[in-house]
Amino acid sequence: MAVKKLLDARDGALVVTGLGSPSYDVHAAGDRDDNYYLWGAMGGAALVGLGLAQAQPQRRVMVITGDGEQLMAFGSLATISVARPTNLDLIVLDNQHFGETGMQSSHTGRGISFDKVASACGFAEVAELRSLEEVDALCERLRRPAEGPRLFVLKITAENLPRSLPPRDAVAVKNRFRAHLGFATC
Amino acid sequence: MTASLQAKHPEAAASAALPAASGTQWPDQVYEVLKAAGINQMSYVPDAGHTTLIHRFSADPEVVTNVLTTEEEGIAIAAGSWLGGKRSVVLMQSSGVGNCINMLSLPVQARFPLLILVTMRGEWAEFNPWQVPMGQATGASLRAIGLRVLRAETGADLVDTVAQAASMAFDADQQIAVLIGQRLLGKKKW
Repeated sequence: MAVKKLLDARDGALVVTGLGSPSYDVHAAGDRDDNYYLWGAMGGAALVGLGLAQAQPQRRVMVITGDGEQLMAFGSLATISVARPTNLDLIVLDNQHFGETGMQSSHTGRGISFDKVASACGFAEVAELRSLEEVDALCERLRRPAEGPRLFVLKITAENLPRSLPPRDAVAVKNRFRAHLGFATC
Repeated sequence: MTASLQAKHPEAAASAALPAASGTQWPDQVYEVLKAAGINQMSYVPDAGHTTLIHRFSADPEVVTNVLTTEEEGIAIAAGSWLGGKRSVVLMQSSGVGNCINMLSLPVQARFPLLILVTMRGEWAEFNPWQVPMGQATGASLRAIGLRVLRAETGADLVDTVAQAASMAFDADQQIAVLIGQRLLGKKKW
């Protein structure tokens, strides 16, 4: 529901999703050419987003990933902060568990807060959200220009919903994404 | 150079104080062939052997550079860059190749063009034994995950190798690592 709200308000943003439920959630909201879903390469989502944001400085890029995937890219918050893109927003869907592997408790359920980490790294805006009303306000906030990278943690319930599986043909998804931006396949 | 530029590119100021690479021109020539290949993004974990490239790219307003906390970040950045229409090169030392292995499944499986330049350690006049295991495993590790591996031992060979590797990567959708022999880089002074 929160992801659907963010995507309904994406306003032309390019979207990269992290391995696991975030990819399923984004796909469930509607498969689109301007989504790039990761099915692996854990820890890669935020940085694929950075590369894309730097290549497309006029477009907003929204990375939607989970707490486990982002934990594997802890250092990426330093790299992204130093790179200082003004068109990159990281959305961490934080259920405090490794949902894909049996719901083991993750670091975010044991005291690590990504909004605080990102703030310490120098992100321009951070927040932790716990209600759908706050997500509505976030949709408005994301439309406004940013001074630098932004990170928002959406605290969500740990549950295994029916999966909406995005296409696994990584080459096809890449090529349709590039075609959407007017680029040739090779 | 302005103070603000130095703050933005501290490595440029730092490398300016280093002596020229023992009378050789290959680092500048590698930069030129990468520019000619349309490279407009560069990510790196520093290595002494990459000093000139880091300096030249960081001073180049046409190129976006990223300093990384760990090498696999550059693999993901390069993929995102290609999604958005840019051409990226990633610079690292052989020890960093080990950090990249699972992230390389992204360009291998999605067939993203990838060009990595790897300065070798642990293979020639190496003083630090801790560099040897990963140095000896570098080529095999890259091949095992599915990369094409090229290697150069002389400056002239390296320039040619990088030029054609860039062509193969971006024109033929290949994932390529160019290993720069430690013999070419010279012995590190301790």
